[in-house]
Amino acid sequence: MTTTQHPPAAPASRRATPLSWIRAGGLSKLLFALPMILVFAIFSWTPIVRSVVMSFQKTNLLTPAEWVGLDNFQAVLNDPLLGTAVLNTLYFAALALVMGFPVPILMAVLMSEVKRGKGVYSALAYLPVVVPPVVAVLLWKVFYDGSPDGVFNTILGWFGIGPQPWLQSTSMAMPSLVIEATWAAAGGSIIIYLAALLSVPPELYDAAEVDGASIWRKAWHVTLPQLRGVIFVMLILQILATAQVFLEPFLFTGGGPANSTVTVLLLIYRYAFQNSLGGNYGMATALSVMLAGFLAVLSWVYFRLTNRWSTS
Amino acid sequence: MSADTAAPAPVSAATMPSSPAAASSVPERRRARRKPSLTDSERGIVSDADRRQPRVRRAMTGVHIFLSVTLVLAGLGPLLWLAKAAVTPTQDTLRQPFALWPNGIDWANLSTAWSDIHIDQYFFNTIVIAAGAWAFQLVVATTGAYTLSVLRPRYARVLNSLVLATLFIPSVVLLVPLYLTIVDPPLLGRDHSLLNNYLAVWLPMAANAFNILLVKRFFDNLPREVIEAAQTDGAGPFRLFWSIILPMSRPILGVVSVFAIIAAWKDFLWPLLVLPDPAVQPLSVRLPAVQSQTELDVFLAALAIATIIPIAMFLIFQRVFLRSAGLGGAVKG
Repeated sequence: MTTTQHPPAAPASRRATPLSWIRAGGLSKLLFALPMILVFAIFSWTPIVRSVVMSFQKTNLLTPAEWVGLDNFQAVLNDPLLGTAVLNTLYFAALALVMGFPVPILMAVLMSEVKRGKGVYSALAYLPVVVPPVVAVLLWKVFYDGSPDGVFNTILGWFGIGPQPWLQSTSMAMPSLVIEATWAAAGGSIIIYLAALLSVPPELYDAAEVDGASIWRKAWHVTLPQLRGVIFVMLILQILATAQVFLEPFLFTGGGPANSTVTVLLLIYRYAFQNSLGGNYGMATALSVMLAGFLAVLSWVYFRLTNRWSTS
Repeated sequence: MSADTAAPAPVSAATMPSSPAAASSVPERRRARRKPSLTDSERGIVSDADRRQPRVRRAMTGVHIFLSVTLVLAGLGPLLWLAKAAVTPTQDTLRQPFALWPNGIDWANLSTAWSDIHIDQYFFNTIVIAAGAWAFQLVVATTGAYTLSVLRPRYARVLNSLVLATLFIPSVVLLVPLYLTIVDPPLLGRDHSLLNNYLAVWLPMAANAFNILLVKRFFDNLPREVIEAAQTDGAGPFRLFWSIILPMSRPILGVVSVFAIIAAWKDFLWPLLVLPDPAVQPLSVRLPAVQSQTELDVFLAALAIATIIPIAMFLIFQRVFLRSAGLGGAVKG
């Protein structure tokens, strides 16, 4: 559909001169496109290309970059910490799925069934999302105080459970990060599921009742299948987010204790910005490119699916 | 990311789910008009007939109790504790974290945090960062979407795919090269590095494909007759943009604004990298940095101060927030 103001395409394309282009409104169009073109060119397209280029180079900002082939990739793959970081990231992602994924679905279904108080419930559920993530992590760090008088240990004490070391122990550090991350993110997911529940056609429930379906059967055979698409999208989004987890390990533990919470992104950060020998930008970009390749496939699948669902 | 595409900070699970909003904005709006909020659905799993059964009624009471208790404990609990601890002396917080002021209230924590550890300054920095990020994002998103949706120059298709393609690139790949771009900006050179310049935060955040997609879809669904009528009446591209398109786009501009301000307020890793000078850093970067030299009670007061604005914004614009967050539901519309 053509919405252009002047229909210049046909004659102008035959004899395109700068003047005819301006007369056809080309200049004002370009003027509107310019902010977008400029910021994307400088801060998005070029860096993306440069990232791939840099992963094959040795750069130190002072001397010109030199090509080193696959050396960076080799160095990353030979880093003994890489395996730890990948396993930790997978562990974080798996724990986040087990602990955090079903909770918002359950909460949203319950919240959509109550007649009164839905507004208050959604607001309460969303509150943690509004807290700035840095504040949330620093506050939870206080909660996780390992002394018997720590906030969580006091609560455990009420139930007769002894104090836990939380962030100080290699086995409990990662679950502690996941609990906080789940708390911080659940509200957003609940709201999305609530919106999705709204779009379940009421006729489906009516029809199920005609067939004599109980509440459980309706939930199982109508609600869940109707939510399937959203659930899958949320699954991919959560995997994308957890694969790039940085804030929690960086602020809670700095990767410790004994590297038990070093994640892939933390490793990239260390290569580039916490290197006593100066930033190893080559290794950092090499690892980013490998992670990005994996994630790009996931987000492509995600986009295809959302696009299909939104047009259907 | 939604709002995070430009900022290399890892996309937190909290902000990610906003992406599916891309799906459609106008159908959403239409639905939203019929059902102004999440709170009134026509019916759910439990029918009115079910609700008349005493067993179901008891169960629903149970659901109410369960929801109230968990949501108050999880949603409000930590914030209430923070509010209490912000005005409690350190020793009380450490020894009896749940006692309500056994040794009195210490209001001085708040003023100490505000002036002595310069929370006032960092607070101001945060506001400047959020305001600039908001302005740049709005300008780029509206002009860009206007080009792609209404003006449609011949290169629009290519431009559109190039912008959309960045949605598939995880923000992590941008981290290092974008940082080097800031240190050594193209054309300007190393002597004009953008380190410690707010432009280093504002501009990359403006390169946000998600915003453009959101606004473009909205523009695509505006009534073409209005645009064509304005053009027949002789409105040029600038007039059309300013007097016709923008006034019709308030709902989507509200959504983009919420996303922009919240994303800027939350951002941590990127400002940490490009704003090394403490004098220009926002709260999110300063709070972890001052923790070790600050007494616990004052630190908790600082955390409380940093939370007030986002919470207040949420309480005031609750509907916009929840609708923006719920836009994700549109993917299955």
